[in-house]
Amino acid sequence: MTEPRLIEISPLTRVEGHGKVTIHLDAEGQVDEARLHIVEFRGFERFIRGRLLWEVPVIVQRLCGICPVSHHLAAAKAMDMICGVDQLPPTAEKMRRLMHYGQVMQSHVLHFFHLAAPDLLFGFGAPAEKRNIFEVLKDQPELGRRAIMMRKFGQDIIEATAGKKIHGTGAIPGGINKNLSIETRDALLAQLTDMETWAQDALALARNYTLDNAEMVRGFAAFPSHYLSLVRGGDGALDLYDGNLRALSADGDMIFDQLDTRRYHEALVEDVRSWSYMKFPFFKALGPEEGWYRVGPLARMNTASFIDTPQADAARTELMETNHGLPQHAVLANHWARMIEVLHCIEKIRDLLHDPDLQGTDLRGTGERRQEGIGVLEAPRGNLIHHYQVDENDQVTYCNLIVSTTHNNEGLNRAVRDVAEKHISGQSQITEGMLNHVEVAIRAYDPCLSCATHALGQMPLQVELFDAAGALLDRKAN
Amino acid sequence: MTGFTFTIDGVEVAAKDGQTIMEAADAAGIYIPRLCDHEGLRHQGSCRVCTVKAGGRSVAACTQPAQAGQAVENETPHITKLRRDLVEMLFHEGNHLCPICEASGNCELQAMAYRLDMTQPTKFPYLDPCRALDASHPDIALDTNRCITCGRCIRASQEIDGKGVFGYVGRGINRRVAVNGADLSDTDAEVTDFAISKEVCPVGCIIRKGEGFSIPIGEREFDKSLIGHKIEGKKRD
Repeated sequence: MTEPRLIEISPLTRVEGHGKVTIHLDAEGQVDEARLHIVEFRGFERFIRGRLLWEVPVIVQRLCGICPVSHHLAAAKAMDMICGVDQLPPTAEKMRRLMHYGQVMQSHVLHFFHLAAPDLLFGFGAPAEKRNIFEVLKDQPELGRRAIMMRKFGQDIIEATAGKKIHGTGAIPGGINKNLSIETRDALLAQLTDMETWAQDALALARNYTLDNAEMVRGFAAFPSHYLSLVRGGDGALDLYDGNLRALSADGDMIFDQLDTRRYHEALVEDVRSWSYMKFPFFKALGPEEGWYRVGPLARMNTASFIDTPQADAARTELMETNHGLPQHAVLANHWARMIEVLHCIEKIRDLLHDPDLQGTDLRGTGERRQEGIGVLEAPRGNLIHHYQVDENDQVTYCNLIVSTTHNNEGLNRAVRDVAEKHISGQSQITEGMLNHVEVAIRAYDPCLSCATHALGQMPLQVELFDAAGALLDRKAN
Repeated sequence: MTGFTFTIDGVEVAAKDGQTIMEAADAAGIYIPRLCDHEGLRHQGSCRVCTVKAGGRSVAACTQPAQAGQAVENETPHITKLRRDLVEMLFHEGNHLCPICEASGNCELQAMAYRLDMTQPTKFPYLDPCRALDASHPDIALDTNRCITCGRCIRASQEIDGKGVFGYVGRGINRRVAVNGADLSDTDAEVTDFAISKEVCPVGCIIRKGEGFSIPIGEREFDKSLIGHKIEGKKRD
């Protein structure tokens, strides 16, 4: 090899949104630079300005079609603060939590079965025509059927609480617009036994995959990093809907703990780089080089002190023991963590459906108006921050959104580089299997690029190969 | 008052002297689509969605007096197409983003589009107006991007509230509903005015602050029934 080259993977597949990867090779064919690019821009933070505060939870959820509930609820939480409602009526809080657990469950199931399962079942290097959900359905019809029914259950919960499966209106500033009818509750309860069994089976599948392939998992795009998530106030338990921020170092030491979410901007800074529409957040105290971190299901397993539902807690304990109680860094262990959270959501949903507060009629609180609101929750893909300012006319004047995939930006780029160095360095020919290794690493983060950049559309992957002078030598697209 | 009969789409309808075609049709439980007309307000005849054929001429059913023995055509394919075109033009003239509008599900324009089978507004060019939201009033906001200039608020404010908060400005395609003041806070509008009430503005232009999306999906007026269902549900005499 005598000429430096640039490989471009575009479009990325089986992830949400549009993105591409570029890999620069030097004259010796070694990886010089590898980057994940987000190529579209969406601009929600700008055009939400001027809108009335009551519209915000419904408008901003249009950022995403996979996890709109996350944006809907984060915005609603911020608007609660602006409306001076620090404590929601129990019915409102529990209906929102039910909605959230339903969506985390359906999103995780979508990722694990529909997007990642083809790689896990058939191998990263399996023929491209084999790596899709339809082949999973053909190969393991019962597993495929369960995947569809589990996702449907999560969507049914969203519909029961938000009015629609996608882009509903349930959460309103200060509360919720409906309670749960007895008929709907009973219809959901009737499905719970199946859901619990299937969630246990899915967890076993993800766990066994991780343990059976322990050596590969330990070495695949695995590197230490810091972690960030919400944890429950006081005891530090996993809490997907509310709590305080906890940051953990790669060694398991606290960087900060129980930080009030209203002070997030004192601890986090967003860096901008010229080649991506996605920002690079880092811990202010550690700086951009040392302060990058990751969020998501595995981050939550690492940061939480425990899980307050027994089955999920036992599963988390086993996961954490694989690294002797220290943070688990293997990106592919995210699948295991994700399935622990699915079981956790089922356990939470069961408890909530038996709670008579869901049939309460006190749906909305009131309070003294404020000018600023910050709503933070744990979305399926990780921590999500919505920050707004509203003027005396009730119109939004400022909006800042930090979404899970943005938190993971540095980690995603490092994963791309790690896999590129191991699987592409020194290769003269690019094979489809090599490209899929890069995609598998990205996919493990379950990135949502449309959320992260506020850019519209799907997420296809493309790899391009450039020489040292920047000339395009080869391009592969999936 | 003497009475007489005429027909709408071949159905005999009883009418009283002085009644418009629409008034007689409403009393008989026959729905004629309309947007600018509202029970209790003076008929205006400006939106033309209530266009019917009477005596071979296209007339506004809300203002045209019924005549004895006249044959009126209401729901023919030709008239339905004319109405659909009118409604489509209203969508193209404003910024009607139903997915994020709090009037969605209660909006008469949206409901009319559904009733007339308007599946996608693509026939005409979008005018993409850019009109600033007037949120200056503590309890009311005005998003005229959604206004269809039906004038119901103007008549309600003048005739029922006795105020005159709203009025028309401009002519022709530039005709707009505006407030009689620098902005809403400069008027004597109150959220309790009939003109500001939910039933007067047929779209999401007049906003009562704080209401937002408080009515859940499934319980909004047109979630389960087509527009006109109340009239069609009336028993005929």
